[in-house]
Amino acid sequence: MNRMQKLLGSGYLTLVYLFLYVPTACVVFYSFNESQLVSVWSGFSFKWYRALTTDEELISAAWTSLKIGVATAFASVFVGTWAGFVLYRFHRFRGLTLFTAMINAPLVIPEVIQGISLLLLFVALQQAIGWPDRGFFTIWIGHTMLCVSYVAITVQARLASMDESLHEAAADLGATPLRVVLDITLPLIAPALLSGWLLSFTISIDDVLMTAFLSGPDTTLLPIVVFSRVRLGLNPEVNALGTLFILAVTVAVVLNNHWMLKRQRRRELQIAQALRREDASGVEVRHAG
Amino acid sequence: MPNRPTPADTLRPSRPPAPDSEPDFVQLIDVVKKFGATTAVDHVSLSVRRKELFALLGSSGCGKSTLLRLMAGLETPDAGRIVVDGQDITQLPPYQRPVNMMFQSYALFPHMTVEANAAYGLKREGAPRQEIKERVGAALDLVQMSQYAKRKPHQLSGGQQQRAALARSLVKRPKLLLLDEPMSALDKKIRQQTQFELGNILYSVGVTCVLVTHDQEEAMTMADRLAVMNEGRIIQVGTPNEVYEAPTSRFAAEFIGSTNLFEASLAGDESRLFNCKDLEVPLQVHNPMNARMNLAVQISLRPERITLTFEPVDQPTNWAVGTIEQYAYMGSYTLYYVRLKSGRVMAVDMSQLAVRALPRPPDYGDTVYLSWGSDHLVVLTR
Amino acid sequence: MTMGPRPLAWLKSRLPSGRTLVIGTPFVFLLVFFMVPFVAVLIISFADPQMSVPPYTPIAEFRDGYLRITLSLEHYRAVLTDSLYIGSYLYSVEVAALTTVLCLLIGYPACYLIARSSPSKRNLLLMAVMLPFWTSYLIRVYAWIGLLKNQGLINHFLHWLHLIDQPLKLYHNNAGLLIGMVYNYLPYLMLPLYAHFVKLDTTLLEAARVLGARPWQAFFTITVPMSKRAVIAASLLVFIPAVGEYVIPEILGGSNSLMIGRVMWDDFFVNTDWPSASAATGAMVLLLLLPMAWFQRLQKREIGSP
Repeated sequence: MNRMQKLLGSGYLTLVYLFLYVPTACVVFYSFNESQLVSVWSGFSFKWYRALTTDEELISAAWTSLKIGVATAFASVFVGTWAGFVLYRFHRFRGLTLFTAMINAPLVIPEVIQGISLLLLFVALQQAIGWPDRGFFTIWIGHTMLCVSYVAITVQARLASMDESLHEAAADLGATPLRVVLDITLPLIAPALLSGWLLSFTISIDDVLMTAFLSGPDTTLLPIVVFSRVRLGLNPEVNALGTLFILAVTVAVVLNNHWMLKRQRRRELQIAQALRREDASGVEVRHAG
Repeated sequence: MPNRPTPADTLRPSRPPAPDSEPDFVQLIDVVKKFGATTAVDHVSLSVRRKELFALLGSSGCGKSTLLRLMAGLETPDAGRIVVDGQDITQLPPYQRPVNMMFQSYALFPHMTVEANAAYGLKREGAPRQEIKERVGAALDLVQMSQYAKRKPHQLSGGQQQRAALARSLVKRPKLLLLDEPMSALDKKIRQQTQFELGNILYSVGVTCVLVTHDQEEAMTMADRLAVMNEGRIIQVGTPNEVYEAPTSRFAAEFIGSTNLFEASLAGDESRLFNCKDLEVPLQVHNPMNARMNLAVQISLRPERITLTFEPVDQPTNWAVGTIEQYAYMGSYTLYYVRLKSGRVMAVDMSQLAVRALPRPPDYGDTVYLSWGSDHLVVLTR
Repeated sequence: MTMGPRPLAWLKSRLPSGRTLVIGTPFVFLLVFFMVPFVAVLIISFADPQMSVPPYTPIAEFRDGYLRITLSLEHYRAVLTDSLYIGSYLYSVEVAALTTVLCLLIGYPACYLIARSSPSKRNLLLMAVMLPFWTSYLIRVYAWIGLLKNQGLINHFLHWLHLIDQPLKLYHNNAGLLIGMVYNYLPYLMLPLYAHFVKLDTTLLEAARVLGARPWQAFFTITVPMSKRAVIAASLLVFIPAVGEYVIPEILGGSNSLMIGRVMWDDFFVNTDWPSASAATGAMVLLLLLPMAWFQRLQKREIGSP
C-alpha cells in the first residue's frame, strides 16, 4: 500500500471512529454543564451528579437492576455453558436441528417477539396455577433467555478450538466423564465463561423491551425509568448517569484488554525461553547416567 | 532417496533379547473396526509378550492409530476381543483399563504443573497423598524432569514436554503402555538420541509397550518386534531383522528400506534357478524350491547386498551388467542407479569403503558389473 | 434360568440414561421458555379482546355440557389486510434494509482496514470498536438527541460555519431514526465481519499479486467474493432484529415513522389488544422464518468448518 492509500485509509477510519465516539463524548461533556441546555455552556458543575444521589426512584431502580443483572449472568452462564457443551459433544441425537435452531434464533429474533411471547406464557401460567406474578422471577427468566445463546455459542467455539486429546488423556488416566468436565473442560474455558458472564450482565442491565413486558407493578428497573424520562427529550441527570456508565465500561474494557495482553506476552516470552534453552545445548536431554 | 534403516542388533548392544515368558500378555483377537463404509481395522489378531516393546508400523491411513485407540478404550471395536493379562477389557471404558497412553501431541494439561499432571492419574485412583508424592517424584526422577516439576507445559521445550508426558503415563504402572508417534513432534536432530533414551527408560521400567509410528527407523531402532500394517491388515510380524532380511510379501519388502524386485519364473521342477526377463543370466537362490516349473514369483534383492566392479565376475548366475545412469553421494554411502541392457534399472548401495577399494570412483556412463550371493535373494510368497 | 432383576437395578434401568439427562436439561429449558411461549401466542391470537384480567376471551369453554372452542380469525385478517399493519411492516423492512446497507458501506471498509493494520494498532482499534458495543445502548441512542435537535449541536455547528440558515430537521423524524439505527447496529456488523477478515488467508492475495493482479483487482476478485458468506451472516445479524426495533424509533423517530415494533407495543400497552398483538407476532415470526433459517444454515457451516 502506498502512502496515499495509507493516508486515505487512516482518514477514513478516523471519520468512522469520530462517528462512533462524538455522541458519547458529548454526553460526558455536557454532564458537567451547569446549564440544562445543550446550546449554552454556563460553567463546570457537579450539580447533576449531586441530583443523582438524591433521586430515590433512580437509585432503587438501579439497585433492582443490579440484582437482576447478577442473577441473569449466573443463570445464563450455567444454562448457556451446558447448552454449548451439548452442541460440541453430541453430534447425533433426535432434535439436534431443533436444539440448534433454539439456540440460534434468539440471536436474531426481534426482542419484541420474545417479550410478548414470554409474557403470554407467564400470564397463561398464572391463570392456570396462580403463579408466577410478574416481577423479579419473570424478568429474570426473560433476561436469561436473551443471553443464553451468546454464552452457548461462545462456549462451543472455545471448546471446538481446544485440543480434543486433553479430554482423552484425562479419561485414559482414570477420570470419569463428569470428572473430565470438572477438571479439564471447565478450567480451560474459564475465560469464555467470564466474558459470557460480563456480556449477560451488560445485556440485562441495559434491556428495555423485555423488561417492560415482564415487569410487574412492584418492580421497576433502571432502563425503564431512564427510557420514560428520555422519551420526553433531554434530561441532564441522564447525562450524569450515562457518564458514569461509560466510565465504568471504559475502565473495565481497557483493564481487561491490558491484562490479557500482558498475560499473552508473558506466555510468549516463556515459550521463547524454553525453546532457546533446548537449542543451546542441542542434546540437553542427556544428563549423566 | 530411500531410507537406510540398519538392523536393530548393531544399535543396541546393551539390550538383552525379549523374555520368552508370557507370550500372550496382550492379545488382540480378530478385532474389527469400521467407520461408515471404511474398514479401518480388518480382522487383526496380535500377541504381545510381557515386557516387550512392540511397534505397529505403517503409512497414514493404514489403521495403526485406530488399533491403538481401540486398545486404549477411546474407540470400541465392532467385533473381536482385547485381552490384557488375562482380563477381557474390550467393553471397558478407558478410565477403567489398566492401560495408559502417551499422546502424539503429549496432551499435557496446560493449566496444571508438570507435577500435577503426573499426579492426576493417582489422584483419580484415590491414592493417599504421601504415596502420590513418592511415586510422582520417582517418575520425574526417572525421566530427569524433577527440576521442572513446578513448571507449566508451555514453559517447557518439546523434548521436556515429551518426558513429562512419559512420566505421567508411567506413574500408574500400567500393564500396557501405548505410545502414539512419540517422536513425531521432535526435531530430527534429537530424534535418534531420544529414541535410545526412551527405549532404555521403558526397558528399565519393564513395562509392556505398543508403539505406533510411520517412521521405519524409529520402529527398527526401538522395537523388539514389529508388525507392518496396510489397509487395516497385518502384513508381517517379526523382529526388525526378520522383517528386513526375510520379508514375506512385496509390500513388506518395499515398505522397509528399499529393494530391487524381480519378476521371475522357476526354471525347473526342483530347482534353485529362476529366469527373469530383465536379466541375462538366471537368479540362483540358496534353497531349492519344490514346485511346478514356470511358477511365477517375486524375488527381492537389497541394494546394499550388491557388489559393483569394473571387471566382469566369475560366476554363472546372480550377476548383471549395465551403465551408470544416476548416482547420489550420501556421505557414508553412495547410491547408484544402473541401467541394464534390458532397460531395467537396478539400485546399488555402496559404502564409502567399498567405493574407495575400486581403482577409481564410478561415474556417469561407466560400464559396471553387479554381482551378489545366492543367500541375498529372498523369494516373496505374496 | 434367570432370576428377576433386583429392585434397585430395575429402578436404575428405568431412569433416563446419563446422556439423556445431559442433553435433555438445556433442551427442556429452551423448549419451555422459547418454543412453548409461541404456542401461547398462537392460542391467544385466536381470542377476542375484552376488559378483564387477562384481557382476552377464553378459547375453550365448558358450558351446558358442551365444550365450545371459539377461534376468532379476525385478528389475522386485520394483520394481513389492514394498512396500518402492512404499512408499518413494509416500512420496518425498508428501514432495516437501509440500515443494513449503510452499516455495510461504512463498516466493511473499516473492518478490512483494521484487519490489515499492524498487530498492536489492530488491538487498539478493535478495543475502540468494542467499547461502544459494551456501553449501554440506551445512553448511546439518547446521546443523539442533543446532537440532532433543532437547537442541538449539529445545527449549531453548521450554523456557525455559515452553511445553513434554517436548522436541519433531524430529530423526531425519519432522518434521525436512520442515523440512530446505523449508529446502534454498526458495531454488531463490524465485530463478526472483523473476525472473518482476521482469519483471511493473506497468502491467497499474495498468490494473486504474483500472478499479476493489481491490489484493487485482487480486492474485488478475491477478497470480496470470499467474504460473501460472512457479509451475509453479519447483515442478517443486523437486518432481522432491526425490523422489530422499538426503542430507537420511539426516541429518535417521528410520529409518522411507525415501525412494526411500535405498533405491537401500542397494541399491547396502549390499546390492551393482546389478541391483535399476538396475531401480529405470529405473522411476523412466519415472515422472518426464511431469513432466520438462512442465518441458521450459515451458522452451522461456520461452526462446522475447522
